[in-house]
Amino acid sequence: MSEHVLKVENATMQFGGVVAVDNMNIVVDKGEIVSLIGPNGAGKTTAFNVITGVYAPTNGAVYFNGKKIIENHPQGKMKKLYQGQNAGKYTHVLAPTPDKITQLGIARTFQNIRLFKSQTVFENILIAKHLRRTSNLFTATFHLNGKEEQKMREDATHLLEIVGLKDERNEMATSLPYGKQRRLEIARALATNPSLLLLDEPAAGMNPQETDELTAFIGEIRDNFGLTIFMIEHHMDLVMEISDRIYVLDFGKPIAEGVPEEIQNNQRVIDAYLGGAADE
Amino acid sequence: MTKKKETIINVALIAGLLVILYIMEQLMNPTDMIFTVLKKGAIYALVAVSMNLLNGFTGLFSLGQAGFMLLGAYTYGILTIPTEQRESVYQYFDGGIVQFAVPVAIGILAAGVVAAIFAYLIGLPVLRLKSDYLAIATLGFAEIIRAVFQWDKLGPLTNGSNLLRSYPTFKSVLFPFIVSGICIAVIVMLINSTYGRAFKAIRDDEIAAEAMGINLAHHKRIAFTVSSFFAGISGALLAMYQTTIQASMFKSAMTYEILLIVVIGGIGSVTGSCISSFLFITCSEWILRFLDNDTYIGDFHVPLLRSGFRKVVFSIIIMIIVLFFRQGIMGTKEFSVAGIRNFFVRKSNKEKGRKLQ
Repeated sequence: MSEHVLKVENATMQFGGVVAVDNMNIVVDKGEIVSLIGPNGAGKTTAFNVITGVYAPTNGAVYFNGKKIIENHPQGKMKKLYQGQNAGKYTHVLAPTPDKITQLGIARTFQNIRLFKSQTVFENILIAKHLRRTSNLFTATFHLNGKEEQKMREDATHLLEIVGLKDERNEMATSLPYGKQRRLEIARALATNPSLLLLDEPAAGMNPQETDELTAFIGEIRDNFGLTIFMIEHHMDLVMEISDRIYVLDFGKPIAEGVPEEIQNNQRVIDAYLGGAADE
Repeated sequence: MTKKKETIINVALIAGLLVILYIMEQLMNPTDMIFTVLKKGAIYALVAVSMNLLNGFTGLFSLGQAGFMLLGAYTYGILTIPTEQRESVYQYFDGGIVQFAVPVAIGILAAGVVAAIFAYLIGLPVLRLKSDYLAIATLGFAEIIRAVFQWDKLGPLTNGSNLLRSYPTFKSVLFPFIVSGICIAVIVMLINSTYGRAFKAIRDDEIAAEAMGINLAHHKRIAFTVSSFFAGISGALLAMYQTTIQASMFKSAMTYEILLIVVIGGIGSVTGSCISSFLFITCSEWILRFLDNDTYIGDFHVPLLRSGFRKVVFSIIIMIIVLFFRQGIMGTKEFSVAGIRNFFVRKSNKEKGRKLQ
């Protein structure tokens, strides 16, 4: 069990009477690239938000490297409203905030890019280095942490070189072209030294050429940083090319799981999601 | 220009400024209006920068500054009134309950610490609120504190609604400049540190900042506490400048004055706050004083000019700035030697370019 980097167990997320994610079970192993696909509104981003601590699940648990990091069960008025399964299985409440999750080594990007707008490319990366600091308020203010500060800057510079944004170092983050903003957001997530990277539609709004570049880029960072990647994506070319395994979600329920070939030939998936694409 | 060189130039400039102030003080009449402006300007610069740390750099819209200044002023006054004077100051309260006096430096530091402690405690519940709600809660706190300090039952400590006086004050204009200067330098160093970057990240995008591992509650509390610490110190300085302390001085109008300074200077610019602080004090204490006086030209009574009209003019100014010059004087830029040099170098390069064409 401990070999799974990420394990989502019986996760249900219910908003009022709406079940956004229903009894979802996902495992991601070390070094894998796993994709989560499904039609709009299937609950993919909600699943991400549960894993990263934005929402506490209504019921269920999440394990990271074999350690339980999130657990919850229906409480208060949810007790009556709860429509999911496994209602009695979980008894503890473990609901860390997103920053704690990042601290543990899970980094994420957002569907609609969220860069720090008033900061330069370099500063965006540098901010992500803040969480691995050893200095406190006093030593940081009075610049007694010179070595650490230098290390942060060197690491950030190094990272910019790796992702190919060295020349844009001092430009405002929002002045970059779209594809590079995506790249910067991924680089910023990498700066937190994660072992698991969650990408929420990294290729959204990209043209075919940019998508190809991104596909190569994701493979590269997985190899270079020894990462495990779990991503949501709509571009089927990208998904089928780089995914080791794929989960398909429909109306909050996982309807299929497997390697790309299996998914492409799965009748339920074709009906729910791929159908339209196959006709083209 | 290297960083080291820049620091040397900045230090030299500050030293030069202090020397000029010293010479001015030796040569000019000490009751000259310019000294009032300089003293009060320096004090307001500190509180404006501390407010900017919250509003401009961390994105927390707080209006509690006057409350924390009051805490600082009272702490300083209560702790530093000489023991032999206490009997006459606390004449209605049998000399009060505090029967010792501490040196000035410790008094000023204690002013900051008390304000910071209150800020920390209030921050625990209040910092969960966002934007306007936070502003209302902090404003409410400032008003409550003001009322509580006038409460008769607290008389032995705060002297109720009577004045606190006879505590040590300053004469030289250098004193507020040096104290404010040190405090502002510390704030600037904080802003330039890794914590300052985290503050700016929170301002730009809370959700992204949290996803980058920045603990929102912790960092907001730091910004709030540090800002209040320096507001407390500026409160102590203001008490020294005024020579008496009364809770009714620290009305919410004072917070709005400070907010006006921050907005005029540019939300997110330390030097902007300093410049606009002196500008504001010059106008309100000196140049625009005439707006408050009934004026006659011959037999003609100039309309509108009467006590309180100055406030109307300031209200109009803040509206104009918010509507048309939202960036203020400096925007988010900083005034620096390198900046000026770059400005001129770029200009001359442009001219060269034009000649070549």
